[in-house]
Amino acid sequence: MKENIMLSVKNLSITFGGLHAVENFNLDIKENELYGLIGPNGAGKTTIFNLLTGVYKPTTGSITLNGVNKIDGKNTIEINKMGIARTFQNIRLFDKLTVHDNVKIALQNKYRYSTVSGIFRLGRYHRYEALMDEEALALLKVFNLENEATMKSSNLPYGKQRKLEIARAIATNPKVLLLDEPAAGMNENETKELMNTIKLVRDKFNMTILLIEHDMKLVKGICEELTVLNFGKILAQGETSEVLKNKEVIKAYLGE
Amino acid sequence: MDLLQQRKKKKLSYNISIYLMIVIAYAVVMLLSSQGKISSLFQGLLVPFCTYSILAVSLNLVVGISGELSLGHAGFMCVGAFTSAIFTRYMKFLGVEGLYLFVIAIIIGAFSAGVFGLLIGIPVLRLKGDYLAIVTLAFGEIIKNIANAIYLGFDENGVHLSLKNTMDLGLSDKGFIVVKGAQGITGTPHYSSFTAGVILLLITITIILNLIESRTGRNIKALRDNRIAAESVGISAMKYKLIAFSIASAMAGVAGVLYAHNLTTLTALPKNFGYNMSITILVFVVLGGMGKIRGSIIAAVVLTLLPEMLRGLQDYRMLIYSIVLIVVMIFTSAPSIKQYVEVFKNKFPKLTRNPVLMKKTKKEGK
Repeated sequence: MKENIMLSVKNLSITFGGLHAVENFNLDIKENELYGLIGPNGAGKTTIFNLLTGVYKPTTGSITLNGVNKIDGKNTIEINKMGIARTFQNIRLFDKLTVHDNVKIALQNKYRYSTVSGIFRLGRYHRYEALMDEEALALLKVFNLENEATMKSSNLPYGKQRKLEIARAIATNPKVLLLDEPAAGMNENETKELMNTIKLVRDKFNMTILLIEHDMKLVKGICEELTVLNFGKILAQGETSEVLKNKEVIKAYLGE
Repeated sequence: MDLLQQRKKKKLSYNISIYLMIVIAYAVVMLLSSQGKISSLFQGLLVPFCTYSILAVSLNLVVGISGELSLGHAGFMCVGAFTSAIFTRYMKFLGVEGLYLFVIAIIIGAFSAGVFGLLIGIPVLRLKGDYLAIVTLAFGEIIKNIANAIYLGFDENGVHLSLKNTMDLGLSDKGFIVVKGAQGITGTPHYSSFTAGVILLLITITIILNLIESRTGRNIKALRDNRIAAESVGISAMKYKLIAFSIASAMAGVAGVLYAHNLTTLTALPKNFGYNMSITILVFVVLGGMGKIRGSIIAAVVLTLLPEMLRGLQDYRMLIYSIVLIVVMIFTSAPSIKQYVEVFKNKFPKLTRNPVLMKKTKKEGK
């Protein structure tokens, strides 16, 4: 059985001024796979996420989603609608809004109703609001956040803020989920819990996940395949256990 | 779901408190005025209370909810005032008068100010923060100055418009000049009343409160809190910022209609449509609290009333007004004072009815 390639990146490059931030980057992620992207600081990992989500436009190269949809050259909003959602390295929540509202906002594309029906409480307003409430709460339950639903999101503890960000990304119903250092700043227990959450998300929502991470335990624990990036170039690529044995990789990560 | 219901109830009671506040204030004023117990000075302030409250509430949509600093709000009020007054003044010339014209005038004022808001918003909302503030300030001044220079007349051939003088209009003998440049519009019919003002204020508040709790309002707030994250979940920044800006402009236009039909002469002065006015409205919003509708109304009423109450102090009037402003600002924003408020809230959780805090104290009690 041939496995479906969900996200395919070919010859992706971007230069800022004279700097080649990412050069000739290639990537194929199979459907429902957990894929890791690692590399030292400044290797260009987040830049790749920004290219995948349309924050930057690539200088050359192409990105294809699900074999048919070309997403390079599209903007962030269009790309999200096509099925890529992400979290951020430095958490970006809607600080002043409640945990529940944070997720509800991400459901806005699924339950669309016009400004006018919102103002005058007409048409689909009541039905859709009820559906959004329910769905957002169900999603919070998956992440054990339902007791904090009415809390201001900025008052959540750090680990839960990370979870909320993932919940919010999933609420947009993506095919591919990009996680930018989900375990950053977490202690060992929190990381373990996060690993379970990520696996659960993949299985429950049938999602393809690409994650950037520095925590090698997490990478070893859950990533099926791995790409190692150094100075914007691919250092190694393949199955996680193989890649981590690679001498070049050990050198780049641990020094000689 | 329990927590959500609780929060909804809390919001509902907050909203009801706003309506109750206005309705009670209205009833008290009407009662007192029917007994002739209201001074003519206060009587004259009733419509301005409504006008400024509408302005403050609508600017709060831009500054508090959408998070964009706009200093040109009075400009949109000017658009609403002039377009509606042109309509009613010309109707008066044609011999048509009646309160239904006021309703049409409100629609005209809201619509034209909304369109202006949209047209100005498209280029301006690409800017952020200080830059946006300066540019909106400039646009507000441009609108005021254009309103000051316009000559407009009607005759059997149609509309005549000039920016030079009345002769340049080239009107026929039967023609009628509505707007006379810096002299503005004279003889606008007096349609505004406290009742009309309160009704318009209630409509404005309903629209804003409903908007905030709808999909559009949440998207606007999401953009305020984190634009990059909002775009990453598929929210178009330009679209929702424009919606907030033009709805607020349309409401400022309504305030303008109310203002124009409360006076017999409408002229565009720095005092009423210039940046002084825009900043006064901003003061209402900041003092009342960002994003807080009830606060905006209270601040608008108190700060309109205060200078009039202080008239007896003559030269010291504005000094005391400024001191009051500074003291209130410190009291509402200083972190140490906020801490005291938090301590107070923790001591009396039932009094402040914060569901989260209540839950915490219950748990600790066990």
